[in-house]
Amino acid sequence: MTAQVRGVAAPTRAQVPAGTLRTDRWWLLPAATTVGLLTFVVYGGFRAFQQQYFFADERYLTPFYSPCVSLGCASEPGSAHFGMFLPDHPLIPYAALSLPFLLVFRLTCYYYRKAYYRSVWIAPAACAVPEPHAKYTGETRFPLILQNAHRYLFYLTVIISLINTYDAIVAFRHPDDGFVVGIGNVVLLANVVLLWCYTLSCHSCRHVMGGRLTHFSKHPVRYRIWTWISALNTRHATFAWITLGTLVVTDLYVLLVASGTITDLRLVG
Amino acid sequence: MTYTARLRVWRGDTGGGALTDYEVEVNEGEVVLDILHRLQATQTPDLAVRWNCKAGKCGSCSAEINGRPRLLCMTRMSVFEPGETLTVTPMRTFPVIRDLVADVSFNYAKAREIPSFTPPPDLGPGEYRMKQADVGRSQEFRKCIECYLCQNTCHVVRDHEENKPAFAGPRYLMRVAELEMHPLDIADRVADVQDEHGLGLCNITKCCTDVCPEGIKITDNALIPMKERVADQRYDPLVWLGRTITRRRDRPARG
Ligand code: SF4
Ligand code: SF4
Ligand code: FES
Ligand code: FES
Repeated sequence: MTAQVRGVAAPTRAQVPAGTLRTDRWWLLPAATTVGLLTFVVYGGFRAFQQQYFFADERYLTPFYSPCVSLGCASEPGSAHFGMFLPDHPLIPYAALSLPFLLVFRLTCYYYRKAYYRSVWIAPAACAVPEPHAKYTGETRFPLILQNAHRYLFYLTVIISLINTYDAIVAFRHPDDGFVVGIGNVVLLANVVLLWCYTLSCHSCRHVMGGRLTHFSKHPVRYRIWTWISALNTRHATFAWITLGTLVVTDLYVLLVASGTITDLRLVG
Repeated sequence: MTYTARLRVWRGDTGGGALTDYEVEVNEGEVVLDILHRLQATQTPDLAVRWNCKAGKCGSCSAEINGRPRLLCMTRMSVFEPGETLTVTPMRTFPVIRDLVADVSFNYAKAREIPSFTPPPDLGPGEYRMKQADVGRSQEFRKCIECYLCQNTCHVVRDHEENKPAFAGPRYLMRVAELEMHPLDIADRVADVQDEHGLGLCNITKCCTDVCPEGIKITDNALIPMKERVADQRYDPLVWLGRTITRRRDRPARG
């Protein structure tokens, strides 16, 4: 088959002289998605390897360095709560135990899959717009068949979210001043709440909590939980983008305070 | 407000065709199907257009307007600018019969490939008892009017004719989900949905959901839950690793 007789141009179909007749700006959403994802990857990549400005006011630990398990974390006393054992090497992020899993969690997320299949992979860029690929096997083969492991990344992310929650809570305690509340606490807390909204609205979570059951009536508690998660799940894409934003904002706040560019405003203490 | 709309309608059959220009009067409150009927009544008595209820309930009038798959009877003229040229073509995933009428028999063939509802053998008709909580999910899928707009928009078959034999399409993957979630259906449909009906070809890009005139959340509520059930049965990485190491790929899925 040549490129001319593929897809909508295949024999027996109505021979229309254009691949798509869409007149709206269908390319805008995939283009914006690509820019958004790329911005996050570049910022996140830079910060993960910067190995500086990750701990501020002796209590704010950025999520990009949590848990801080590298020997290098010793440069910021108090930043490591779970021990320091990974070698301090420029190519090993201080949070090398969590970042790769968080990345793969988002890469295998049903929403992000849709986002990058449409924008980066152009399969398809928009509905009823022909995709450029000659062959298409979807998620039936290696490597995309591995997307099916998403639920295991979900389990790991729950553990990491618990660590982020712990970070946000211990950040209320200053080693010298005791209990304090600063703008940074509000930022850290808001970030963690939204991270939970994203994590719990996951499709795999919806499935394991109750979706896999056939008889909801025999499991009233799991049915109730499934109902709540289903409600959150309808906003999963929104949370996916909001949390990319809050992660950057939170990290940037810690960076700016740690580098002395701004000072953290104390509300209490 | 009455105005004259510019229309480009695809006229032709399997032998070929072309977009043909027309000018047709439009009145307040009309839908695209009204305009095509006026065109048929006043200028082109031989224009083929399929319709039945004019109420978005029979699913007959599916076509593409300005490149977007929609129901002709549910698309108001007021969503377009009066100066805009409206291009109307038949659905472009299925063979064309004539003008705006497509041959949708692909979908009937796919429907027949799905084993029908299988209640427990000892349960007679009239003895079915179900709780609302257990049938709620399936009921959403029963809203389907079989317009086949989702089947038409899905890139798996729209852009790849060669995938047609292997892929049931969103409407029928959803039918499998409906039966799989049915409290009285005892058939195990999970292995088949992947192997026979091509669920793995779906990359959850949601165009089916985007075009469904009934607003059914096909991807979120039918396709992804089925992908999760398939993962339950066979993509447990530990089971997969064990099988790869021992090279026993042919073992039947558990469950
Ligand atoms: S979500 Fe899946 S079934 Fe629906 S249009 Fe996309 S690829 Fe097709
Ligand atoms: S699921 Fe929606 S789009 Fe698909 S055939 Fe049914 S009503 Fe039409
Ligand atoms: S995190 Fe998006 S579906 Fe699981
Ligand atoms: S004519 Fe029945 S759905 Fe349009």
